[in-house]
Amino acid sequence: MYVKKLISPMLREAGIGLALLLLCIVFAIAAPRFASPINITNILTQISINTVLAVGMTFTILLGGIDLSVGSVLALCTIIAGQIITKESLSVGPAIFLAVLGSLAVGMACGFFNGYVSERWKIHPFIVTLGMLNIARGAALQISQSRTIFKFPETFNALGSVNYVGIPFIFIIAITVVLLGRFILNRTVYGRMIYAIGNNEEAVRLSGHNPSIYKVLAYVLCGAMVGLAAIMYMLRLNIASPILGVGFELRAIAAVVIGGTSMSGGKGSMVGTFLGACIIGVLDNGLLLIGMGDFARQIVTGLIIIIAVIIDTYRAKISIRTEAY
Amino acid sequence: MKIKPQKIFEIKGLTKHFPGVTALSNIDLDINQGEIHVLVGENGAGKSSLIKILCGIYQSDEGEIRYRGEEYAPKQTQDAIKAGIRVVYQELNLLTYLSIAENIFFERLPSKMGLVDFKKLRNESKKMLDEVGLKISPKTPVYQLGIAQMQLVEIAKALSGESKVLILDEPTATLTSKEIDRLFEIIKQLKKNGVTIIYISHRLQEIFDIGDRVTVLRNGLKVDTRLTSEVTIPEIVKMMVGREMESEYPYREVVKVGSEIFRVEDLVCQGDENPISFSVNAGEILGIAGLVGSGRTETMRAIFGADPKVSGKVFVDGDELVIKSPKDAVNGGICLLTEDRKEQGLILDMSCAVNTSLANLHDVSRSGLMNFSKEDEVTARYIDELSIMTPSVNKWLRFLSGGNQQKIVLAKWLYRNCRVLIFDEPTRGIDVGVKYEIYMLLWKLAEFGKGIIIISSDLPEIMGISHRIVVFSNGKISGERMHTEFDQEKILSLAYQEYINDGNGKKS
Repeated sequence: MYVKKLISPMLREAGIGLALLLLCIVFAIAAPRFASPINITNILTQISINTVLAVGMTFTILLGGIDLSVGSVLALCTIIAGQIITKESLSVGPAIFLAVLGSLAVGMACGFFNGYVSERWKIHPFIVTLGMLNIARGAALQISQSRTIFKFPETFNALGSVNYVGIPFIFIIAITVVLLGRFILNRTVYGRMIYAIGNNEEAVRLSGHNPSIYKVLAYVLCGAMVGLAAIMYMLRLNIASPILGVGFELRAIAAVVIGGTSMSGGKGSMVGTFLGACIIGVLDNGLLLIGMGDFARQIVTGLIIIIAVIIDTYRAKISIRTEAY
Repeated sequence: MKIKPQKIFEIKGLTKHFPGVTALSNIDLDINQGEIHVLVGENGAGKSSLIKILCGIYQSDEGEIRYRGEEYAPKQTQDAIKAGIRVVYQELNLLTYLSIAENIFFERLPSKMGLVDFKKLRNESKKMLDEVGLKISPKTPVYQLGIAQMQLVEIAKALSGESKVLILDEPTATLTSKEIDRLFEIIKQLKKNGVTIIYISHRLQEIFDIGDRVTVLRNGLKVDTRLTSEVTIPEIVKMMVGREMESEYPYREVVKVGSEIFRVEDLVCQGDENPISFSVNAGEILGIAGLVGSGRTETMRAIFGADPKVSGKVFVDGDELVIKSPKDAVNGGICLLTEDRKEQGLILDMSCAVNTSLANLHDVSRSGLMNFSKEDEVTARYIDELSIMTPSVNKWLRFLSGGNQQKIVLAKWLYRNCRVLIFDEPTRGIDVGVKYEIYMLLWKLAEFGKGIIIISSDLPEIMGISHRIVVFSNGKISGERMHTEFDQEKILSLAYQEYINDGNGKKS
């Protein structure tokens, strides 16, 4: 019984994993440089930030919501963290620590705003987070006087380029976050509530729960992921800027959707999201290596998103039909 | 010199099956040209199925309909509209932000070179409004109208296409007696103009106010068609109820009636003004009878905190329980099995285990972590106890039958161990065998000293299993009967009482 519980979502993920594998093989054949250790390290670095954002996004989409503000909030987080980390009155250690804390706090505060406002006044999160997209961007520009912050401590910058046998430090963070997200979804009561609410909120409410609390918490979690991603981005770029992260929300949503999570909520998995982020990263990188231009790459990525969802929709229908008999 | 009235509808052997239910069984019915024909019957008697076949929403399985001498089998509503058959439903279907004129002619707006011809639209709709006696500018947006006016707009809309048959589904349910008078005058006028009217109502008095003939349906069968001048209300009630059902209900004497376990005082639902009070004792099954829309479900939902209430107090074991949300109710030991199982009771695309533990997650978890083996164990126990047919605890509920789904909902609340259980139509759409199992379970729960409230539209059922019945009628409690005084006709007339009084009040 317990085995079966594990197997059925794993089959779903296996399909996406297989697609990723095929993609890698195709690119490895078409562009020999693709499979080189340096390029792999490169890809892992590139997908890390989107992975962390997509993990946060998965919580909101599983609940039938969405968070469009992650890119702007990420910029705001880098600004706050950048200002803290460059404060000369602080010594290096505490400065880094407080910067991380500050980034997480800002991200969570924005997430709380998103969740609370949409629940309290029953506004669709699409609207609220669209508002937050503007608010956070404006705040980032205002606070930074639209200036880029740099000259971070050396220890901090060095951390960004650390890698263990070709695996970058920020990718290790990303993987840890995925595993943590998976643990929350699959093993905790909170994860159970997310799936249940995403499937039938009214039934959950009439079973004596308050779905609003769980939903707000999901946006706070998503915000925390944004705060973390902001720090990872700073590790990579060694700057903080109010114009960072434009369009990041769309890449995160794309990863979640390619990973098989339903936009109407209730169905999906963390591992799927991770594989989705990998597919986007591999596509970006591979298409570049086979010499495709920037514009054509966007077109292909867009098509892949649509095709992935079509396949997933059909697969879901077929599995329901075969399950029934 | 009328010899024989001409028949506009000749229905022969009409039968309609739904999965597990026969909605209409071998109905023979003639409707005469230009008459007002009233259809009555309890909820689920088959009135609305019949109407839906006539207007093309459902297709019949057997039997034939001849309409004005020709075979008639509409595949969709447009076919019926083309044939001149229109329905005004109880729930109005107007586009609230468009004008009256646009609503009336929505299906065929007059146009000139691809643009709406507003002048013609206004003039034509003015004519239609005159016909139904509504003196309002056709430019008025519908949301500014009262319910009675909207109803007239619906009728005007229905008449706009040269209708020959007008079907009115409980048109007076939400009208005041003065508005009803107006409506009746208009209906009589339409009749003079040669329109045939099929009229559905729960208000039995109305049969005599406007009907020429009345047909009584029961359980998908036609009982009889009579001239209204040759029949009385008690006769109609008797026809609607039918003979006594065999005892397929496991009634048993109360083993031990405990003291009062649950009491509601002066509860007023939102949008209503009648205070409701009743109580239940431990070990007692209280039946709630009444028509759909009589306030039964609304009251229970308000008690449970599912919908907001205006005022009222709820007591469990003599202590007041402040209920603002279902969470408060469940924590206070009250549970509600909702009427709409699929939408509100369960999560179709999740497993039996998830659904069973949903109301009692803290028992299958420790410090926020799920204990899956315990959850599976508990679920397996209930699957066994309630003999739920499922291959495993992991099966999605979508793949279970209605009866087994309902048993999972039951398992959920049994696991939560509530003191007071409210069941809203627990056996609707469930086959007889499982029904019996559910009755047995209700009895077992009563023996354990729980307080049980059961709402049902099925009178024989509710009389078969309840110790006491409270009857709702038009938002009020119209009466209460102990088991020894159960009498179908009496209970049914109590259910209709407040509606009939409305009618009488209007006449005097």
